[in-house]
Amino acid sequence: MTLLLASFAPPYWLSTLIKVLVISAVVPTTALILGMVFLFKIMSWMQSRLGPQEAGPRGTLQLLADGVKFLQKEDIAPDGADLWVFKVAPLVVLMSTLVLYVALPASMHLVVADLDVGVFFVLAVASLSVIGVLMAGWSSASKYSLMGALRAAGQLIAYELPMVLAVIGVVIQAGTMSLNGIVLAQNNGSIFGWSGIGFPYILTQFLGFFIFIAAVQAELTQPPFDMPVAESEIVSGYQVEYTGFRFLIFFLAEFATAFVFAGIAAVLFLGGWAVPWLPTASDWYYVLGPIVLFAKVMIVSFIIFWVRFTYPRFREDQLQSLAWKVLIPLALVNIVVTAVLKVVL
Amino acid sequence: MTAVSDPQSVAALVGEANDNRVNLDFESEGMTLNMGPQHPATHGTLRIIARLDGEQVISAEPMCGYMHRGYEKLTEVRTYPQINALINRIDWLGSFANEVPFILAAEKLMDVEAPPRAQWIRTILFEMSRVANISLFLGDFGLQLGGMTAGFYAFRDREWVLNQIESATGGRFHPNFDRIGGLKDDLPKGWIEESHTAMDKLLAFCDEMEDLLVGNEIFQGRTRGIGVIPAEIALSYGLSGANLRASGVDWDLRRDNCPPGLVYDKADWKVWTHPDGDCFARTWVRLQETREAAKIVKQLLDTIPSGPVMAKVPRIIKVPAGEAYVATENPLGEMGYYVVSKGDLVPFRVKIRSASFNNISVLPWVARGAYVPDLISILGSLYFILGDIDR
Repeated sequence: MTLLLASFAPPYWLSTLIKVLVISAVVPTTALILGMVFLFKIMSWMQSRLGPQEAGPRGTLQLLADGVKFLQKEDIAPDGADLWVFKVAPLVVLMSTLVLYVALPASMHLVVADLDVGVFFVLAVASLSVIGVLMAGWSSASKYSLMGALRAAGQLIAYELPMVLAVIGVVIQAGTMSLNGIVLAQNNGSIFGWSGIGFPYILTQFLGFFIFIAAVQAELTQPPFDMPVAESEIVSGYQVEYTGFRFLIFFLAEFATAFVFAGIAAVLFLGGWAVPWLPTASDWYYVLGPIVLFAKVMIVSFIIFWVRFTYPRFREDQLQSLAWKVLIPLALVNIVVTAVLKVVL
Repeated sequence: MTAVSDPQSVAALVGEANDNRVNLDFESEGMTLNMGPQHPATHGTLRIIARLDGEQVISAEPMCGYMHRGYEKLTEVRTYPQINALINRIDWLGSFANEVPFILAAEKLMDVEAPPRAQWIRTILFEMSRVANISLFLGDFGLQLGGMTAGFYAFRDREWVLNQIESATGGRFHPNFDRIGGLKDDLPKGWIEESHTAMDKLLAFCDEMEDLLVGNEIFQGRTRGIGVIPAEIALSYGLSGANLRASGVDWDLRRDNCPPGLVYDKADWKVWTHPDGDCFARTWVRLQETREAAKIVKQLLDTIPSGPVMAKVPRIIKVPAGEAYVATENPLGEMGYYVVSKGDLVPFRVKIRSASFNNISVLPWVARGAYVPDLISILGSLYFILGDIDR
């Protein structure tokens, strides 16, 4: 079967159609999986609750039931809302997520677009969602929404730079900006001549990994950086006026983004879709690649959500000072050390 | 007013003056934000009219009365046992503690005293309701600062206390267990051992909260130095309870002015104060108070005397004419009842002094110059129950 897949070379229109269909199926599925596994079950267990029990076997269909519930709700827009912007805003947020999936490789060939500057592309489009958030906040004609949107925009300044700087260490070490290239470099590498586990960059770029995860946490507006949607302060911020399907889109986008960022962290630091004891050229990765990547994504997601369920919330200015006084200097030091060692060793 | 001399308002005034000088061309008018009556952080129907400049609070004014139930007027047409059921609903998280000062005031007027066993059980249940109340505060404050898990742990472990209160009184939230001259019933069999276990669980819960929340760096960053109330301001606004002790005033009605009928002098315990007066100090004092309350309960459980739980009182209660004020140190602060009787079945007038009303009155003073997230920290750490504000 793997050989069959390897020799599959569809015409352009068909491959494009397949890619579009796969992305539009994968995005909601991953969001559902993360929502179900982490938001419902693991969060419940951490907080000594049972979580969903009734819908489906062991409550596995709860999110589906909730989704159907959202679809049934009336689509309400506030009286003073800028209607067109208000309705488009969730789609802009979702679009940024969809575009992120384009660059995530699930194996050497299972990738929508294997870009030579994949890392650059991912970091660039990730911040697009803030435009959607600003649109939502401004058009909702609500003070809470506006404050939430402005907080989100202010937050962007804080986390985007550490995120980029954290990744540069990996790029220096791999010598490429292609996400697939980084995967290959890790799995075909060796630690002082020992190639038992390849060379996952988390070993050397641990600082980068930490900063990247912290920045992802802020990008996803999750605790401890969930000021834009702080429910006890500004009542869920820019989402406050949204109902039904449009709220569901925000939810989907948040969790799908969590998944894709966990995937990018897995690619950059954990060796991506490959396992070191199977050569990266093997055809088995047509089947195995997505499974391996999924497993690693779940590990990274667990860290992300574990932090989310544990920590209290920063204040907006505390995030700024954390980013500018701690994360950015650390990331710069990381870059310098990595670059020096790259040249010396 | 003393307000101009304190550093906070001076800073606010200077900042305002600078803004006026520099930003003549960019003058922006402030924004009025209505927090509440429906807002997650007010846990009830408190409305805060906040005047904002960006995220900075220029002024914040609490508006109460959205849940006013007219208890003081209602008491004039209710008999004393009926009032007892009514006032359970004032501070609904520490209901048993609401009954005690009223019953003590009535007993004072009637010149009856509850038997020792009833006094012991009263004190135990009083402290248990304090544990139930404040353990929920610890979780709820975490929830308001964004730490979800703390809230659920609090609800989980509060259940241990509520189960004990329920098995003794029959009511989880509104026991209505006090009677003039004693208690409705004696304790059920095995209750004392179970209560020891429950208190051990709560002490472990306090340690857990210290680990999870109070010791957390983010939590400390959000609370330390935020909402500082100096001692003289706290006293002049009539703050009481942990809010006052967190400002460094060593004042506790249980120790200083304990009304007869409660046996706090029979236990070995400590009043905790904190010199800082900020949100962290208030949380920390409450955490220590929960521990002390659990220790008081454990000590009193061991020394509980035998005997009846009800004194001889007439079946139909008529309180002789007179006036009495009895205040106790409730979970939220000083709670007192001024009962005026004309010798009837019903009191002529009852004035209820509840702690939260005074505690929240300091908000306009302390919230100026704070940011909106700090406003939530301040509100959460002042710890009010809406039923205690609007009676």
